[in-house]
Amino acid sequence: MSMKILVCIKQVPDAKDVRLDPVTNTMARDGVQSIMNPYDRHALEEAVRLKEAHGGSVTVLSMGPPQTEATLRDAISCGADEAVLVSDRAFAGADTWATTYTLAKAIEKVGGCDLILCGKQAIDGDTAQVGPGLAERLSLPYITCVRKVTGCEPGLIRVERLMDDGYDEVELPLPALLTVVKEINEPRIPSLKGKMRAKSAKIVTLTAEAIGADPAALGLKGSTTQVVRVFSPEARGAREMLTGTVDEQVAQLVVRLEKIL
Amino acid sequence: MLRIDKEACIGCGLCEQNCAFGAITVVDGTARVGDNCTLCGTCVDNCEVGALSIEREQKEKGDFGDWSGVWVFAEFRHGRIAPVSFELLGIGRKLADKRGVKLAAVLLGNGLGDAPRKLVGYGADRVYVAEGPALAHFTDDVYGNVLADLVREHKPEIVLAGATAIGRSFIPRVATILGTGLTADCTDLDIRAEDGALLQTRPAFGGNIMATIVCPHTRPQMSTVRPMVMKPNGFDPSRQGEIIAVTPAPERLASRVKVLRSVAEKGEQVNLTEADVVVAGGRGLGDPKGFDLVRELADVLGGAVAASRAAVDSGWIPYPHQVGQTGKTVCPKLYITCGISGAIQHVVGMRSSDTIVAINKDPEAPIFDVATYGLVGDLFEILPKLIATMREKRA
Ligand SMILES: Cc1cc2nc3c(=O)[nH]c(=O)nc-3n(C[C@H](O)[C@H](O)[C@H](O)COP(=O)(O)OP(=O)(O)OC[C@H]3O[C@@H](n4cnc5c(N)ncnc54)[C@H](O)[C@@H]3O)c2cc1C
Ligand SMILES: Nc1ncnc2c1ncn2[C@@H]1O[C@H](COP(=O)(O)O)[C@@H](O)[C@H]1O
Repeated sequence: MSMKILVCIKQVPDAKDVRLDPVTNTMARDGVQSIMNPYDRHALEEAVRLKEAHGGSVTVLSMGPPQTEATLRDAISCGADEAVLVSDRAFAGADTWATTYTLAKAIEKVGGCDLILCGKQAIDGDTAQVGPGLAERLSLPYITCVRKVTGCEPGLIRVERLMDDGYDEVELPLPALLTVVKEINEPRIPSLKGKMRAKSAKIVTLTAEAIGADPAALGLKGSTTQVVRVFSPEARGAREMLTGTVDEQVAQLVVRLEKIL
Repeated sequence: MLRIDKEACIGCGLCEQNCAFGAITVVDGTARVGDNCTLCGTCVDNCEVGALSIEREQKEKGDFGDWSGVWVFAEFRHGRIAPVSFELLGIGRKLADKRGVKLAAVLLGNGLGDAPRKLVGYGADRVYVAEGPALAHFTDDVYGNVLADLVREHKPEIVLAGATAIGRSFIPRVATILGTGLTADCTDLDIRAEDGALLQTRPAFGGNIMATIVCPHTRPQMSTVRPMVMKPNGFDPSRQGEIIAVTPAPERLASRVKVLRSVAEKGEQVNLTEADVVVAGGRGLGDPKGFDLVRELADVLGGAVAASRAAVDSGWIPYPHQVGQTGKTVCPKLYITCGISGAIQHVVGMRSSDTIVAINKDPEAPIFDVATYGLVGDLFEILPKLIATMREKRA
């Protein structure tokens, strides 16, 4: 059995660097780094492990501005065989509706595959909507929040999905789409050989025209949702540091807890 | 396109500082936009001289005349209604009253018992119920088919679901089928006075910024709503409502996914995201036995146990307890941290809790920045005393 696996990867600003200053309402972005969406790194790792176990190939695909190439090279150094960058000014401002349209068009263009893996969510938007939306656009069955692949046979995959109160084990036919949580694996560090390969690898770049997309369905124009306001979360009320001996601190805390419990 | 009015721009650089994507640079006293602009709009809102704007093509406002009513997806699993469903009925009731329309719930499952009546008691005017073995287990395709078909038939203007594992999984498919917008994990919902549009507010960038989103051109307006944020109304057993049985076509009940088993993890694995009180432990606990103190306090307070990643990575407690960027997001009434430093990746998962108590021996620990009450000291001294006092008070 040989599987053609495609992994959707997003380049995101490192969340810990991004915050709005509650006083000036401006964003502090000293040294914001662009990184591979952490969940997608786990999706990539799972894809590479499946390839190693069953044979086949791993293609990574990303929609993003030209500098996303760095993230795709990172993916190659971690075991991806091929990388496709879907990049066009027309994609800017895409919500998840326009993103799934674009990704679906790009996937049709690069040809079918047996399995698509996505991260559970991207840490910039935190929507977790692209995986399921993309699956529906491609008419594929899908499972979200996969924490373990328990079996993989020709035309069939078995997985455990994380639920709020436990987990479900399910079986679904291939081709299919899965979104993964971080618990699924520990991603590898790129090898020296991988890094060398990443440097020279050719990255296929596709424009809106190349994927045959309808311009009206792209980017801001093709989006169903619209951001009307961005603001910083309310600053918390001033904190209170309790003072005194351990006994005194505990006593003060108990009084305060009684009020809210 | 982000348009920059070169006349108006004073080159102050506020937009450059503001852009999370590093897409704006000030060159020769005017802002310039790069290729990585995502048109998120933050810079537009922040420009003090109004030099920035986003060009949008004016789309025809659709005629939404036949779309009316607020709907709530009521989640039912392992024999019970998920508490978020009652919260949705609480906010749904408010929105429906503001719009002067009816509030309906959609309930799917098997062995539903008195669940439809309960939904009425919590505020639904109408409950659409589809019951049967094909709906016994949640599957994205079947649940999605049934909900999408009902929405097409009845045309509600607003559809809400919990931002739970189930809601966040199948609702995006329903929105895609219906060709409409969906806003994930909302923490505030309101009706815009001018045009009755649903204003959907949600955190982005791990809670570092908030965004308000509308769905201007399509119906229904759909949101998943974060659990534990909205307040349910009290249960009123005398409330009257219509219960309508729905029979989906057999082909809509055929799933491509086979559920082999559905495991509810009991006992310690209380559903963290639903708990009112959460006691969390970190590396400061020193070893797995340290968690006994955390568990004891949680027991006394009737709460759930959470952990930092450092504690999970050390193998002291399993992953489902992890809170933070790579774990769960919780917002209980009370969150108590014991020996947690307060790294941003942990804080993003708990910062919206109503009251945060931090216990840490290092007075400089960043956890004190988000704490409501801070206790500087050794947790091995503080916790036993706190447990004893609370136990006494609650006895
Ligand atoms: C991509 C990424 C994702 C991450 N996701 C998460 C996540 O989802 N959740 C998460 O929690 N972390 C996450 N982390 C890890 C995070 O950065 C921190 O490393 C982690 O939260 C630290 O855990 P801690 O506070 O328990 O440990 P430490 O940072 O080691 O802090 C221990 C604290 O205990 C105090 N202490 C020690 N002994 C005592 C005592 N006897 N009494 C009182 N106080 C004591 C110390 O003063 C210290 O402040 C992530 C990191 C990365 C890079
Ligand atoms: N622009 C993109 N290019 C490629 N994959 C994406 C893109 N946006 C989202 N994804 C994939 O969809 C997942 C969920 O993203 P989101 O719905 O934005 O939270 C991510 O983890 C990626 O696997």
